[in-house]
Amino acid sequence: MPINTHAARLAGLALLLLSAAAQAVPPLQQWTLANGARVYFVETRELPIVQLRVLFDAGAAREPPGKEGLARLTARMLREGAGRYDANQIAETLEGLGAELGNDASGEMAELSLRSLAERKLRAPAVEILRQMLLAPTLPEDGFQRERTRSLVALQKALQSPGEVAARAFYQGLYGAHPYARHPNGTEAGLKAIAHDDLVEFYRSYYVGANAVLALVGDLSADQARALAQRLLGDLPAGSAPPPLPPVPDRTRAERRTVKHPSSQTHILIGQPGMTRTDPDYFPLLVGNHILGGGGLVSRLSDEVREKRGLSYSVHSYFAPLRERGPFLMGLQTENARRDEAEAVMRRTLTEYVAEGPTERELAAAKKNLSGGFPLRIDSNRKLADYAATIGFYNLPLGYLDEFIPRVEAVTAEQVRDALRRRLRADTMFTVVVGGDK
Amino acid sequence: MQIPRWLAGALCALLGACAHVHETTLDNGLKVVVKPDRRAPVVVSQLWYKVGSSDEPSGLTGISHVLEHMMFKGSERLAPGEFSRIIAEHGGRENAFTSKDYTAYYQQLEKSRLPVSFELEAERMRKLRLPDEEFQKEVKVVMEERRLRTDDRPEGLLYEQFMATAYQVHPYRNPIIGWMDDLKTLRVEELKDWYRRWYAPNNATLVVVGDVEPGAVFALADKYFGAIPRVEVAPAPVPDEPPQQAMRRTRVAAPAEVPSMLLGFHVPAFQTGREWQPYALEVLAGVLDGGNSARFARELVRERQIANSAGADYGSVARHPGMFLISATPARGRGVEELERALLAQIERLRTEPVSDAELARVKAQVVAGNVFSRDSLYYQAMQIGMLETAGVGWRLLDEYVEGIRKVSARQVQEVAQRYLVETNLTVAVLDPQPRNRRAPRSAPGANSHAH
Repeated sequence: MPINTHAARLAGLALLLLSAAAQAVPPLQQWTLANGARVYFVETRELPIVQLRVLFDAGAAREPPGKEGLARLTARMLREGAGRYDANQIAETLEGLGAELGNDASGEMAELSLRSLAERKLRAPAVEILRQMLLAPTLPEDGFQRERTRSLVALQKALQSPGEVAARAFYQGLYGAHPYARHPNGTEAGLKAIAHDDLVEFYRSYYVGANAVLALVGDLSADQARALAQRLLGDLPAGSAPPPLPPVPDRTRAERRTVKHPSSQTHILIGQPGMTRTDPDYFPLLVGNHILGGGGLVSRLSDEVREKRGLSYSVHSYFAPLRERGPFLMGLQTENARRDEAEAVMRRTLTEYVAEGPTERELAAAKKNLSGGFPLRIDSNRKLADYAATIGFYNLPLGYLDEFIPRVEAVTAEQVRDALRRRLRADTMFTVVVGGDK
Repeated sequence: MQIPRWLAGALCALLGACAHVHETTLDNGLKVVVKPDRRAPVVVSQLWYKVGSSDEPSGLTGISHVLEHMMFKGSERLAPGEFSRIIAEHGGRENAFTSKDYTAYYQQLEKSRLPVSFELEAERMRKLRLPDEEFQKEVKVVMEERRLRTDDRPEGLLYEQFMATAYQVHPYRNPIIGWMDDLKTLRVEELKDWYRRWYAPNNATLVVVGDVEPGAVFALADKYFGAIPRVEVAPAPVPDEPPQQAMRRTRVAAPAEVPSMLLGFHVPAFQTGREWQPYALEVLAGVLDGGNSARFARELVRERQIANSAGADYGSVARHPGMFLISATPARGRGVEELERALLAQIERLRTEPVSDAELARVKAQVVAGNVFSRDSLYYQAMQIGMLETAGVGWRLLDEYVEGIRKVSARQVQEVAQRYLVETNLTVAVLDPQPRNRRAPRSAPGANSHAH
């Protein structure tokens, strides 16, 4: 029997099961503390684990101009001392409990995360340390100087990677004066300009209840979760959420930036402002991009660049949705001698796709992959915590996960074509080329 | 005694301790290992072949990895790329990975689609086509992968050079992706031989983790893989690495911004799972680098500020003895020489004084918790089983691992330090950054000097 026929029969069988899978989304509970902190909780009792993420709208986009690097530095300083604990005691206590701590900032958010065993005598002391880190970080001067120096080394090290050089140039060129231009690693001038008071001020302004989201997943009853959330965040001052970031302006003309780098490959990034997390075109663009370059080994870009021509190991396109418009971008790397060919193929693939839109066959395949693969998106505590955090931070509807499959299934070829034509402008894209001599 | 399945399930849920691993071997030698995990209606299926870069002779380095790429390029009934398209239409995620000791293929799917995975994997186990025109394109993709991961990454070059120095004879000296010159001269006929030689049910382990019934998975495996004939697989003997007699040094000059270094010692891996030394080495790695309270972060990064970063890495599960590896970057304004002295002083201290009870307790607490955390990922659980099976240790080590770590004493940590972490067993590789604008002659350090 040909495999295709067999596969088609299996696909039919699986479609029947999808509604059952969709109903298996564990319920997301939400409440708000008196200080405005919003809590999102998923109860999962199978493993004795508690996983939590505390997010603040305190990423690089919130840095004062001239202090680039402040957001990440502030987040990383939280483990340098808190309340009566110094850095050693924080680390010894958490690691002695077997808990995993994370503290960092990205372009749009700052985050403190914890994974702990659920048993109360292991969980409670870990939460207590985290509480101190949030409420009473000591931000010690010696730790500040050391971490700033380490940040400068990280900046310098990024210069030896053509991929990182390209990504930084892309964000800078694409966003210009908009806060999304900032890289969380900051700049040398920015890092050197940061004073200790800047850390304190940034922490006080942004690490507040009204600006906080807690995603909590694991082996807790709803009552235990409420108590944990209150203990962890309840005493944060309410403060206020920062004003919305400015919208990202449309581009008006094509631009190109070339950077010479002593590498054997050239990295090429092409893109433009993309979409927001709550974009009305979110689902047509999600499905549309899946066909262009979002489907792993199966996409138009992968076919044209890798499968047909062997030009690149990794070629992809994606929308990175943020509160305002995050980037749309296509990227690949190829040996220097073939970069013109690779760039031309990538551009032609985009132009043709935007002009034609997807075929019915492509659309059906993409929808099957996205909806059929939905259970894989929520099959662990970690992934559930990521979804809870995303839903919380971007204020998505509580039923976002329940609506995912129907919203994907409802997308039509015409909607994709229309959304791509309105939103992607091949003639005004920003291009970054980083590489060596041909 | 026969316990009804529902009762066994209830007991396991109550005790929370059952490993739940089931195994069988089909008549043709295919081993099937199933671990039910019913938290979500999904399944991961991984097919592990016991062939990797350590099986490769000189001149054919990278062939296992290129073959892995070609497994997506068409079989008797599937056109190139069709495997991936079918999995994608079933909502699946899939890929493959090659290492020193194994080549593995996986699909993650909604649980009812498991037959799709088995049918497709069974097809490409013996019926791969390996068309030359596809090979010509795909080997270029692999060269791009090599440029991305190694040639244009100073740390990649450093690691490659380090391994080629630490091992003089054993094939662990060769990079998994292969030397560039070998990739350039590889021919599709050689791939066909490699495929016929290693891809057989009796040289593979099928690992399934997810919301499945073991009996049903065994039956399904038999249905799709059962008819594939056994093939005589005769691995060529792999030469032992002779004991190292003196410290070795190498230096990589490449365009880079930040210096870094690797220090490594030859150490044993598990062979049966009964040895205590690998456990002691795992604990030793934890004492140096088990988080922010460990010695490297605390003493070298925070207190003395001599390292910008420092890490220790040891893999106890491998077919052949591996390396205890330390990687470090000096703090700004500090040199690699003084960093090396500080790292070696840390090693010296492990040899001369027992680690503290508090340190031991922290490392063990992390292992106990980490063992529970690892159960949050189906994929990772399957990885653990597959690695243990292909290394010849067996998945049962999973049940013994935490206890083995718990039993490690300070005396044993000191003993493995005294025995293995000694200067005559040490290899040091230093990355010496060259200015970016003066591109060093890129003979791809190693690519020419190490092809044979």
